[in-house]
Amino acid sequence: MSDNLLTLEGVHTHIGAYHILHGVDLVVPKGQLTMLLGRNGAGKTTTLRTVMGLWHASQGRVRFGGKDITALATPQIAGLGIAYVPETMGIFADLTVKENMLLAARGAKNADAMDDTRLKWIFRLFPAVEKFWNHPAGKLSGGQKQMLAVSRAIVEPRELLIIDEPSKGLAPAIINNMIDAFGELKRSGVTILLVEQNIHFAQRLGDTVAVMDNGRVVHGGPMADFSADAQLQQSMLGLAL
Amino acid sequence: MNKDLDWKPLLLVPVLALAALPLTGSFSTWLTLTVAGLAMGMIIFIIASGLTLIFGLMDVLNFGHGVFIALGAFVASTVLGLMGDWTGSQVLWRNLVAVFPAMLVAMLVAGAVGLAFERFIVRPVYGQHLKQILITMGGMIIGEELIKVIWGPAQIPLPLPEALRGSVFVADAAISKYRLLAVAVGLVVFGLLAWTLGRTKIGLLIRAGVQDREMVESLGYRIGRLFVGVFVVGSALAGLGGVMWGLFQQNLIPQMGAQVNVLIFIVIIIGGLGSTGGALIGALLVGLMNNYTGFLVPTLTQFASIFLMVAVLLWRPQGVYAVTNR
Repeated sequence: MSDNLLTLEGVHTHIGAYHILHGVDLVVPKGQLTMLLGRNGAGKTTTLRTVMGLWHASQGRVRFGGKDITALATPQIAGLGIAYVPETMGIFADLTVKENMLLAARGAKNADAMDDTRLKWIFRLFPAVEKFWNHPAGKLSGGQKQMLAVSRAIVEPRELLIIDEPSKGLAPAIINNMIDAFGELKRSGVTILLVEQNIHFAQRLGDTVAVMDNGRVVHGGPMADFSADAQLQQSMLGLAL
Repeated sequence: MNKDLDWKPLLLVPVLALAALPLTGSFSTWLTLTVAGLAMGMIIFIIASGLTLIFGLMDVLNFGHGVFIALGAFVASTVLGLMGDWTGSQVLWRNLVAVFPAMLVAMLVAGAVGLAFERFIVRPVYGQHLKQILITMGGMIIGEELIKVIWGPAQIPLPLPEALRGSVFVADAAISKYRLLAVAVGLVVFGLLAWTLGRTKIGLLIRAGVQDREMVESLGYRIGRLFVGVFVVGSALAGLGGVMWGLFQQNLIPQMGAQVNVLIFIVIIIGGLGSTGGALIGALLVGLMNNYTGFLVPTLTQFASIFLMVAVLLWRPQGVYAVTNR
């Protein structure tokens, strides 16, 4: 379907001797925020890493904007317009906040060449990034690091943002700040694939949802339908809401 | 002034120099030893700077680094041999016109061989230290034998150009002219490395790649190609170091690189893996220590650098300026 920006068809992934993904079928509609939910060990992170080419699919196809990216190397995939924020955030602790941002701004040779208008927009979304601009990123708090990780992903326009558990370990106030920021990102038209364990976070932001279990997508559809069906949530996620 | 600058390691060099002052007997002797030690330290820094990149940043235990040092020196002997009219001149600029092309060609040849060395010897063993030690030592033995095939097995003289021989006198202290050139070249190498690593986007990518290679790739950069470039530059710097060391020793043997291998590993361990500034401090300390010990207790010269390394690691177990956390 042409409205789907990212499509996974029957993707299997092995990590060494372990068979982690067992035929994942997933679509990420363009311009929407898709939530990928599931219990620990369901294969969510492996799915994201397979999309980014950090682990390669042993079987199946990954398509981005109609192009087969299954066998591409990670830098090529990123170059197509996909930004990835891993669960560990991937912050370069010994570099400053500014240097972290400059690295992600591929078109800028130095900090002065970064898009000023876009930086101001990011500073409005995440004031901590501006406040600690010249500080070592390793000295930021967990929430500030997550803000930096997301800011880095959006420092240049990207077609797809892939973010792994952005609310993990964060205080409720920071999570609310994150929800507001993702809401604004959605309104800017960017497509987002977001892995989340926090169901309330997912329900407030998600347009569509895919639930994984045992290396497969076992449910997919509109988030509104999923949110309205407590029994479905209970059976998919083992939640008692 | 940079408030975050860790200034304590900067004091090590003057502290060591001042500690030796009462032991040397006279001020002019101390000054001669100190300037000679600093100059020797600069030559060691030039040799070690390549390994700082390769071992310190890329985590490749390249025991074959020495062969690039020897290769640089032998290539320079050929280039300088072809420019006899220039090296035999009493005019300094004519000597430098011969020495600088010799340095350039030595760096180009060492860099090109480094490219092949990385592709065929190092690349299959990235991340496997034991295999790296074995295979790079094997590579060094092959390289030394190839040098014998090309230049012959006998020792080759590499005399200093005319105008670089002898000394200048400052406050009764004799300072070798060649050592002054070595200081100048060492400062240029240090400045270029520090600027590239600290002020350019390529340097930023290298520093980020050392911390999290996967994330750099996720940002869209081909870190593999960049690290090949780092290996080539490291090899070329070893070639340059070989030219300086060869002119310092004035005699070349194929094993000359292997002979300084341990010394340069000591320097970069003292400096902290991956740190250019640390390697400079380590090299200056080793240069001074060798000169003072050689004058005061010659029998202990061989142990002086190891003693220095142990003392520094007791103070800072990761070296004076660790860039990586290994």
